[in-house]
Amino acid sequence: MALLEIDALVVRFGGLTALDGIDLTVEAGEFVSIIGPNGAGKTTLFNVIAGAQPPSRGQVRFDGRSIRGFGTTRMSYLGVSRTFQVARPFRSLSVRENVRLGAAGRQTLASARTLAPRRRATDMTRRVDELLALTDLERKADHKAAELNIGELRRLELARALAAEPRLLLLDEPAAGIGADGMRPLARLIAGSREHGLTVLLVEHHVGFALSLCDRAVVLDAGRVIADGPPDAVRTDPLVVNAYLGRAASAQAQVARAAAAPGSVAT
Amino acid sequence: MSLDYLIVVLVTISIYAILVVSLNIVVGYAGQPNLAQGAFLGIGAYFAAVLSVRYGWSFWWTIPAAVGAAGVAGFVLGAISLRLREDFLAVTTIGLNFVVVAIFQYVPFFGGAVGVYAIPLPSIGDHQFGNADFLAVGLGMLAVVVGISWYLERTWFGAALLAIKDDETAAAATGIPVAPYKIGAFVLSSALAGLAGALYAPFISAVTPTSFGFSESVVILAMLMFGGLGVIGGAIAGAVVLGALPEVFRFISDYRLLAFGSILVFMLRFQPQGLFGEHSAVLATIGRVVPRRLGRRDAGSGPGRGPASDGPA
Repeated sequence: MALLEIDALVVRFGGLTALDGIDLTVEAGEFVSIIGPNGAGKTTLFNVIAGAQPPSRGQVRFDGRSIRGFGTTRMSYLGVSRTFQVARPFRSLSVRENVRLGAAGRQTLASARTLAPRRRATDMTRRVDELLALTDLERKADHKAAELNIGELRRLELARALAAEPRLLLLDEPAAGIGADGMRPLARLIAGSREHGLTVLLVEHHVGFALSLCDRAVVLDAGRVIADGPPDAVRTDPLVVNAYLGRAASAQAQVARAAAAPGSVAT
Repeated sequence: MSLDYLIVVLVTISIYAILVVSLNIVVGYAGQPNLAQGAFLGIGAYFAAVLSVRYGWSFWWTIPAAVGAAGVAGFVLGAISLRLREDFLAVTTIGLNFVVVAIFQYVPFFGGAVGVYAIPLPSIGDHQFGNADFLAVGLGMLAVVVGISWYLERTWFGAALLAIKDDETAAAATGIPVAPYKIGAFVLSSALAGLAGALYAPFISAVTPTSFGFSESVVILAMLMFGGLGVIGGAIAGAVVLGALPEVFRFISDYRLLAFGSILVFMLRFQPQGLFGEHSAVLATIGRVVPRRLGRRDAGSGPGRGPASDGPA
């Protein structure tokens, strides 16, 4: 059985149709990149899967169950973790506490254990330490998240999401705001997170980055799936080239120019 | 200043300190605006007053009743808060003061405009309470409230409240049940305000509706904002400094509201985290003067708290 099944999904915001009949099936263990121009509906799709956005029509099943009416907290308990397009750390907590909250999960946060001292929860110490090492945040572990730079915030979000030991990881533009030299370690990190059979959905603006990581790419345009297949096939799909890659290529050229000029980072 | 007068002032300050430290749970930890702490004090005080005057309850039994009544009211406010954005919540909590005062004023059971008076002094055995006893109980209650807050900061619940303050969306995505946690913070905070009320009623020996309205809530919030949001020590400092001020400088008590309102405005403008809170100018100055590095680096290396936290959909 597929881990995620999306059936004729429609999301409307007033007169705007953000998602217009999406069909998508993701098998457990797959790494799927979702690409498409701005406004194609990528983040909206993520919001639906994460339980943050109720569908206007259609159905989403996670692990065989309809997620209708499930909020984000419940989806996180079912095993869906996410990162955000704009990093959303808990600024007044330390980096370690951020990751520990991610690891706490249902058995702590939705039970009387929430009233126990956090120090007592030594069972998650090792996992949290491993994640801090993996994301290269050990040295910053006891800093407040508010003190991190953007690359560190990206890694922190990833660590917090992974701490929950999710079955499905939603990565919403994890490379946004990171310079070219930050991308390679991030790519290694994301690729590494696939161990243990984790299923990953990646929304990404940097097409090359997204296609290099995934084993399947889905292209959205104006709320519809216009291509779905192996990255190489998608890259050369004439529909995709027309609808998206042409524009993206020029956009990337712009980014490259902007990067050459100091002080301006496109997100 | 006679010793007895000093003790009276200290009891007043300890009542304020209880209110401020408990308000800090909702405002400082959970990040929810609350301008109704005076109303919760009133609910606790009225319950204690009515139960002891009309039903002859002993002081010690009125304490859990006052705590419970204020806690129930806090539950109602917490449930309301879930549906409101922060700015509307602030306005709603202001409105709550007027609702509570109106109920005390117009429901005959609560004694109308004169309120409830001749509240008996508490006693232990044959010994009737004097001011020193009130002080002992007040400090004991304060110790309990501080202990609860101190413990709360070390629990998962406490960390989750900070997470909710920082970013509700991310908190929910991280598995924090935002709604029950917020309600829990409101219940705890207002129940502890009710505790202060149970002491207030027999200490003042009368409760009148106008003692607890909006202005009292402003005073309590001003104390918290002055001392330091999210910091127990700061909350106590705020209650001590601003509680003592009108006693030390008599003329201030005539312009009390003006003074506290101005303090609130100035703190919000120049030190939104309070004198001893995060990015504290006081601590930073001490850190500069004292060679030990107490101050936290506050130059904007991180993205700061700009309006950029909501990504485009």
